[in-house]
Amino acid sequence: MRQPLLALLAKEPAHGYELKLALEQTFGSAYPSPNIGQIYVTLKRLEQDGLVRSEDVEQTTRPNKRVYELTPAGREALRAWVGEPSDGPRVRDEFFIKLILAPMAGLADRMELMNSQRRHYLGIMRNLTELQADTDPADTTARLLIEGAVLHLQADLDWLERCQEELV
Amino acid sequence: MSRSAPKGLPWPAESSALLRTSKLVKVYRADGVTVEAVRGVDIEVAIGEFVAIMGPSGSGKSTLLHVLGGLEPATSGEIWLRGQRVDRLSKAAWAVLRRQHIGFVFQFFNLLSNMTVADNVELPALLAGVTPRQARKRREELLAELGIADKAGAAPARLSGGEQQRVALARALANEPSLLLADEPTGNLDSSNTRDVLRLLRRAHAGGQAILMVTHDARVASLADRVINLFDGMVADDARIVPIPRRMNGVGDVLELRG
Repeated sequence: MRQPLLALLAKEPAHGYELKLALEQTFGSAYPSPNIGQIYVTLKRLEQDGLVRSEDVEQTTRPNKRVYELTPAGREALRAWVGEPSDGPRVRDEFFIKLILAPMAGLADRMELMNSQRRHYLGIMRNLTELQADTDPADTTARLLIEGAVLHLQADLDWLERCQEELV
Repeated sequence: MSRSAPKGLPWPAESSALLRTSKLVKVYRADGVTVEAVRGVDIEVAIGEFVAIMGPSGSGKSTLLHVLGGLEPATSGEIWLRGQRVDRLSKAAWAVLRRQHIGFVFQFFNLLSNMTVADNVELPALLAGVTPRQARKRREELLAELGIADKAGAAPARLSGGEQQRVALARALANEPSLLLADEPTGNLDSSNTRDVLRLLRRAHAGGQAILMVTHDARVASLADRVINLFDGMVADDARIVPIPRRMNGVGDVLELRG
């Protein structure tokens, strides 16, 4: 949550609730509705790290609000984050470790492990296809996000098949 | 199974399965080399059930489908369709059976190149004795659902791979077969065409047609009632698909927040 908040503050200073609304508006249904408490905690930490600073702004009819803005160090941190390549997806290493180690320990049969993992993946895929059907086609952000998840899952299944070919 | 048979004659009540195999074996012998492609497969497909077959390449998926459609003879074992034992039928009897009850979508489309798209799709219905008017109506519906209505007058060779594949699917569904056998029906399609095909398959399934489909595409497989995993010519797994409970209530749950 740190970098998205920095990115929004790079546009203009804002208070916590405005940031929550901006996140929701930008990502639409693709984004888990951000928890306001989590936003305040993150802002406090960013301030401790010197990446943002804040001041209280008096309001006539309501309690004061704390408005945050980016510091030069924050802008630098944001620039570095945008510039660096993002991590590629990690393979499902937990399952792979089970697959390799469990038969050695006499705990499970590889075919059984792969079968139950495949069932699990297909169950998730069912959820994703249902979600896709329920998603407004005009919501490009959401559509692309689901498609990304589908492609990753397909790759996991293909990889499972490769494991089946080589390990059984 | 609450569904009733979608059409056709009733068949003996001793079997509730639309399709059933017992110890089905297919062995190829050529130049002294023996390949056991299918090694003792027992499967059942209920009326109106959608079953996907997955498995590594070379696991016998396509061979199994071809044997089940009567395109190649079984080496041993039994195939029962609609309560009738069919593995010993002649080629001619198989042809009649397919025309009446089985739609087939191949990995390679097998469209008739000297006929238009419309004629390709209408032909199976006409062969089965449907009136030309009904055949045309059905063809128009199918091509429209698959987004290729404007290709009706074209020769198959003028179409892209994805379009030909959809024509092949339309042809297979033209007779509203009680069983659709499909080998990688979305193999050449991009994601929006795949969605059209999935919608049509879902509708066919909802209408009571049984589907037995070989696929690598997990999106397609996830729509099935059941997924069979074939490995080394044998059934390695045969399981219902169960959505994971309490996961993904909204798109936002797909995204993992970092930082």
